[in-house]
Amino acid sequence: MPVEQITFWLFSAVLIASALRVITARNPVHSVLFLVLCFFTAAGLWLLLEAEFLGILLVLVYVGAVMVLFLFVVMMLDINLEPLREGFVRYLPLGILVGVVMIAQLALILGPGHFGEEYYAMPERAPADYSNTEHLGQVLYTEYLYHFEIAAVILLVAIIAAISLTLRKRPETTNYQSPSEQVRVGKSDRLRIVPMDSEKRE
Amino acid sequence: MTAVTRFFKTFLLWELLKGMRLTGKNFFARKVTISYPEEKTPQSPRFRGLHALRRYPNGEERCIACKLCEAVCPALAITIDCEEREDGTRRTTRYDIDLFKCIYCGLCEESCPVDSIVETHVHEFHFEQRGEQIITKQELLAIGDKYEQEIAERRALDAPYR
Amino acid sequence: MMEAAITFWSGLPEELRIVVEILAKIFVIVVPVMLAVAYFTYAERRIVGYMQRRRGPNRVGFRGLLQPIADALKLLTKEVILPANANRFLFFLAPILSLAPALAAWAVMPFQDGWILADIDAALLYVLALTSLGVYGVIIAGWASNSKYAFLGAMRSAAQIVAYEIAMGFALVGVLIVAGTLSLGGIVHGQSGGILHWYFIPLLPLFFVYFIAGVAETNRLPFDVAEGEAEIVAGFHVEYSGIAFALFFLAEYANMVLIAALAATLFLGGWQSPFPEGVDGIHWFLIKTAIMCFFYLWFRATFPRYRYDQIMRLGWKVFIPVTIVWIFVEGVAAWFEFGPWFS
Repeated sequence: MPVEQITFWLFSAVLIASALRVITARNPVHSVLFLVLCFFTAAGLWLLLEAEFLGILLVLVYVGAVMVLFLFVVMMLDINLEPLREGFVRYLPLGILVGVVMIAQLALILGPGHFGEEYYAMPERAPADYSNTEHLGQVLYTEYLYHFEIAAVILLVAIIAAISLTLRKRPETTNYQSPSEQVRVGKSDRLRIVPMDSEKRE
Repeated sequence: MTAVTRFFKTFLLWELLKGMRLTGKNFFARKVTISYPEEKTPQSPRFRGLHALRRYPNGEERCIACKLCEAVCPALAITIDCEEREDGTRRTTRYDIDLFKCIYCGLCEESCPVDSIVETHVHEFHFEQRGEQIITKQELLAIGDKYEQEIAERRALDAPYR
Repeated sequence: MMEAAITFWSGLPEELRIVVEILAKIFVIVVPVMLAVAYFTYAERRIVGYMQRRRGPNRVGFRGLLQPIADALKLLTKEVILPANANRFLFFLAPILSLAPALAAWAVMPFQDGWILADIDAALLYVLALTSLGVYGVIIAGWASNSKYAFLGAMRSAAQIVAYEIAMGFALVGVLIVAGTLSLGGIVHGQSGGILHWYFIPLLPLFFVYFIAGVAETNRLPFDVAEGEAEIVAGFHVEYSGIAFALFFLAEYANMVLIAALAATLFLGGWQSPFPEGVDGIHWFLIKTAIMCFFYLWFRATFPRYRYDQIMRLGWKVFIPVTIVWIFVEGVAAWFEFGPWFS
């Protein structure tokens, strides 16, 4: 399957190149846009792996929502990169050390010792009528129900935490509008018709 | 009861539907557009458009260079120079109107003792070059010659009210 | 001649044949869509004009029918101006980014039984993902223009789209619960059997929420604060002119047609006839889409623009709770296998 491999290599190259640009781009907005490209190519790779549902979900959630908010925030902040770049050389040895340790750890876990080809057989090509979505739903709501619900509860806690962080008591003097009250106002609430005798001209 | 109706009115988008009914009705209403070059709105005989200098029926130009119009013009759009002609009458040598300055107020027309400078019914005119907006005496007289009949008709219509 | 063509065709390698076939199909879909979009602008001007007791454009061609073509020619011949200090690459990328998703989403649209470019499993998610991508065009345009007005418009638009995306997603979850499938063709098949089987009846609140959220998401009146002429001139596309502006214009209208077509597919039975014994076909899909498009214009002619905080309030505090409540109601209905829809 040369076409498939060509696409794979193309997508991988774009993915890695854009991932590099995320951390090397000078303009933070460019970084975010490269991250978007990253997610996009990753979604493409997942599609190649016949994980359409996950691929589309990645685009929907990360590209469509999360990165929009990222971009939103980054554009609003006027980040001055100069102070951030100070001391690059001074911290370089430490940075390299941390990086090497991290790579070593990842290699130990993800290396062929645990995830090698002999542990996992080459996955079968799915039949044409195989529904990724349906299968995922089946597994998610039966085998992994417990994990799924824990994840849901964690997300709920995160939502409540985020709301409670932004929730603050506003001073009494703040003027509020209540649209429902505004809409409900009728003629009789605002207007009083006073019966008056007309004045006589002298 | 009112609370219940209010609830239903809110969630059934009652007011919005009322608004849409109004626009929906107007969709079928008679259209009021005037298709301009073919149809035109009625024009008053007092309409003040492009300027013109009139002549007497014998062909003599009316303007006697009294410069009243130049004095009265609030936009300073009129420029007049004059000289004595061979026959001893005062006549203009130059009568320019800058149509960009002109505000079409009609004061020149009102001030003219000999009914020479008038504003015609012509409102469809344009310029293609810078400088063309200043119309000279010759052009004004030509406009007057061209539309003399219409100008006279409109003056006659307006005469009872003056 | 014919035979020669056939032998030439079968002589080509299979991959090439597939690519050519798909390209031809894309062409067959995109050209009518673009034409529909062009004539939607004409329809808008005519219909809004009629609602304001005007005649609208009626000069170019018979009854003004060539107006969109004249407009396109005018925009094509105009100069594209790049503002000072604008980011050139992103400035020109933005209009493309806003038009491409609007067209790409048509790939999964079922026009008629079997008339679908890619009948993928997660079609609904795909559409949702692509409609949420349209916001990038807006944001990048606003940022790359290096203009305050454009930036403000982009910010407004981004916040608005994110807010209404959620309500829209929830409304579509409602459709999923009834249909039990993510494939658009499957959803239409689930609504066979006349108008009483269409999903808009059990999902009426969600139908309204979906369509209003769709109006908000395409930045159309009464939710068009992203381009609010009165406050920020034209919003994110102030700095665009000529063909780049035309692309934004096309994207906006293509998105509108897309939302209308999706409403027709998801809630109004797609290509199915409203009569139980009626003839199904693409004409029903087109009629329903046209009716939904008409509503867009009707809204525009009727409602004044929302204030920005009211838009946010409507999105977060009204639509999302309404959808969640209705999904719960639907869950109960599905449990009791209520009516012809939940079975």
